Amino acid sequence: MAELVTLTIDGQEVSVPRGTTILEAAKKIGKQVPHYCYHPGMSSPAMCRLCLVEVEGAPKSMPSCVTAVTEDQIVHTESKQAVGNREGVLEFYLVNHPLDCPICDMSGECDLQDYVHAEGRAHGRSEEPKRVFGRDDFGGDVLFYGDRCVMCTRCVRFMNEVEQDERLTVVERGNRSVIDTFFEEGLEGTHWHGNIIDICPVGALVSKEFLYKARAWDLEHTPSICPSCSQGCNIELHTRDNLIQRIKPRENLEVNGWWMCDYGRHNHGWMNRGIRLEDPLVRTLDGAAGPMRWRDALEQLLQHVGVMGEGRVKAVATPFASNEDLGTLAELVGTLGGGDMVYRSVRVEEEVVLKGFPTLARRKDLAPNTNGAELIGFTRVGDDQAAGGLEDIAKHDGIVIIMGDELSDQAEDFGQEAGLFVYLGDQQSPAASNAHFVFPLTTFAEQEGSFTNIARRVQRFSPALEPSSMARPAWLILGALAAELNNGDAPRSAADAFSGLARRVEAFAGLTYQDIGIRGAVVNETYVLSES
Amino acid sequence: MAYPYVSDVEVRVISKYFGDPAHRRIDTYVERGGYKALEKALSLEPDAVTDEIKASGLRGRGGAGFPTGIKWSFMPKEPTRPHYLLCNADESEPGTFKDRELIRWDPHQLIEGCLIGAYAIRAQHVYIYCRGEFFEVNQILAKAVEDAYMKGYAGEDILGTGTTIDITVHQGAGAYICGEETGLMSSLEGDRGEPRIKPPFPAAVGVFGMPSTINNVETLATVPHIVLNGGEWYRQWGTEKSPGTKLFCVSGHVRKPGNYELPLGFPLIDLIENVCGGIRDGNRLKAVIPGGSSVPLINAEDARNCELDYEGCVEVGTMLGCASVIVMDHKADIVKQIRRMVDFYAHESCGQCTPCREGSAWTARILRRIEKGQGTEEDLDTLMEMTEQMVGTTICVLSDSIAAPVQSSINKFRDDYLELIRRGDQAGAV
Repeated sequence: MAELVTLTIDGQEVSVPRGTTILEAAKKIGKQVPHYCYHPGMSSPAMCRLCLVEVEGAPKSMPSCVTAVTEDQIVHTESKQAVGNREGVLEFYLVNHPLDCPICDMSGECDLQDYVHAEGRAHGRSEEPKRVFGRDDFGGDVLFYGDRCVMCTRCVRFMNEVEQDERLTVVERGNRSVIDTFFEEGLEGTHWHGNIIDICPVGALVSKEFLYKARAWDLEHTPSICPSCSQGCNIELHTRDNLIQRIKPRENLEVNGWWMCDYGRHNHGWMNRGIRLEDPLVRTLDGAAGPMRWRDALEQLLQHVGVMGEGRVKAVATPFASNEDLGTLAELVGTLGGGDMVYRSVRVEEEVVLKGFPTLARRKDLAPNTNGAELIGFTRVGDDQAAGGLEDIAKHDGIVIIMGDELSDQAEDFGQEAGLFVYLGDQQSPAASNAHFVFPLTTFAEQEGSFTNIARRVQRFSPALEPSSMARPAWLILGALAAELNNGDAPRSAADAFSGLARRVEAFAGLTYQDIGIRGAVVNETYVLSES
Repeated sequence: MAYPYVSDVEVRVISKYFGDPAHRRIDTYVERGGYKALEKALSLEPDAVTDEIKASGLRGRGGAGFPTGIKWSFMPKEPTRPHYLLCNADESEPGTFKDRELIRWDPHQLIEGCLIGAYAIRAQHVYIYCRGEFFEVNQILAKAVEDAYMKGYAGEDILGTGTTIDITVHQGAGAYICGEETGLMSSLEGDRGEPRIKPPFPAAVGVFGMPSTINNVETLATVPHIVLNGGEWYRQWGTEKSPGTKLFCVSGHVRKPGNYELPLGFPLIDLIENVCGGIRDGNRLKAVIPGGSSVPLINAEDARNCELDYEGCVEVGTMLGCASVIVMDHKADIVKQIRRMVDFYAHESCGQCTPCREGSAWTARILRRIEKGQGTEEDLDTLMEMTEQMVGTTICVLSDSIAAPVQSSINKFRDDYLELIRRGDQAGAV
């Protein structure tokens, strides 16, 4: 523990470790000193001059982003000097800014807009013609609007210091300086450049994919976990009209810092897929599958189980399923007399490490919950394209349960000999044509749940979209069945389903939804230690 | 010798051989007593050299006037990492032409000063960052450094004392901001010439992240004379707080512009009227910028009461800077002069800090409008207020340098601005 230094900011005492900057110390007591160039994940050039604060005894205003606190320092962030400085700097920012907020994607979440609205002059005094740069395609997903740029150089420093692939630079000087790529080489081929759009405080860098799609104030933000690999980046799903419009990283220093990869960021088309399984389908004696109410469908299934008695179960789950779904499936398999539980997942050869934040990488496992599946007792089968490995199951004559795996590599006679074949998924699958029961599931974006990432950290996600008609989370369906069969209580919420899992699986013992919270929690330490 | 113009009242310590091309040759330099100071310095402890400079009261000649000996004493005494001495020869301040002459006529004087300075701060490498546009100067300097190596005054085992000091001449690429000490370091390292935030100060983290000291050409050129003759000897000229002599580069509307070496504390009006032969064509004195374009300008009345030392200039509301005296007679167009300067600074702003990047270009545009007769009185208020926002709010002082001429000219020569504004109003009325 570093030595503590006590100082006074706007009349309020605060103690912080020695070496902390005034800006970070002010954050501790809920004071946001406006700033552009400072970003906690990168070096501070102290050049935007917006974060200047009055420090008693100092000859001039000090940049709070690089000035370290000292004992008994008295800082004013709201004094006439500090506010006057911000008003002055903000006026300078608007001398050449085009004020094209009505057509700017950043409008509504723009720091320039916010700061000027809060502390800028009511009327600018500049009458001179503005300098014009126009628009430039930086390659990848990035468009650059030079006129809106405030020259904070966060994007340049991100590429140099964090991704460590120098692709951007400042050219020219004075008020002719502008961000540019090196000749014709753009951002193509880099894996993290989407982050420069996030950290751009204004609308200078915008996403081509999101361009003109939605106004910031129309978007709902839902905390979630990126499902595109086993890193488990903390994200926000931004939705409008019940569609995912974009994905943004959410700060979590233990997992992804402030960043996420471009693959995860843009991999959300599938969450908006329209053609879905709509109703529970039950195959009648003539072989045709017809829709049925949930209650009736589940009763039919229980009858079917009663008639055939207990048999060896073979279950296939997707590692895109939550801990709760996988845990409830495992419970049902156990109730039915036990059997094999497997999963299949796509695995790539190389990790894509973010050099400046090396604990973050796009992992080899391109599924969010392979670690959860393993802990709950599922074993991996098939190849790195998530194909094959189901030969036994395809011809199994006992109970076959498929959850989430679309069986896209399987033939139409899959499960033909099964005594009971239950298929749960959000998409219809040709290989499920022999299923006795087909149950529609919600996607991860439509339900609450948790994933266990590569570091065995359990992290919760929230529903961002309204589920399609009759689709339900797997834990609700399977939990109800298991409760009927073993005379237990059916889980009524994802938290319930998780506590059931924590009771049954040692790795999760002692964890609750409350412990996991918004930041996540690592699974039972002793379990991890004893296993390794 | 009649180096462009000379005067009897001059005290020529560092400019003694201005105008004598023979002095560039190392043999002549040594014959005339050159490199004796280096020999003497190497026989002393490094700290004893620093103490001698401290005793002389020599102040940095680049503009800030910080005591040189004290600056040297900030360097770590027990070097654990390489130390560097940087010589700032990136002379680009409008109105300044003293360093160019010092190198052109007496390159070995500077080299000797650099070697002594490096020895005093325990540096083994000197970088002379020379303005790129000085083609002739660079050639002379390169030749002189080569000769110094040949004769054993530089490089390994200097004069058999076991001391090693290397000298590298680096040519700038034409940016004014690279004359700012931390901007120079960034440039020398191969980055954009952008000043850095202080602290850390160069003596702790300088060029290449190592302890560094940076001195102006004139400062280092003075060093051999002080080492040879002692600190007290140097104090025979100048004032208590500003001892010694200083090169004054006089330009503008005087009969005999040029470099004059005078004791500090010399009256400005004497310099103009006597040393430089008075105002051209018998015109009246209107304004003087006594320290290069980045200091406030003063009117004729203040000029009559101004003594040319660091304190005397502050008394009349300006600064000695690098003592580049720009003289303007009553026919000078003050607004145009100020606009030209601001144009220069707007062009040279590195673009890091917002007040400077945006403020400089904005100021230039307003001034241009006023010059064209399209200004208003409110513009003058705007100029005063916005330039106030540019003082003390940036990493380096380039921004302050824009504010100084603008504010001082509006304060002292408001009528010049108002006349242009009125002329515009009348034109509009017609």
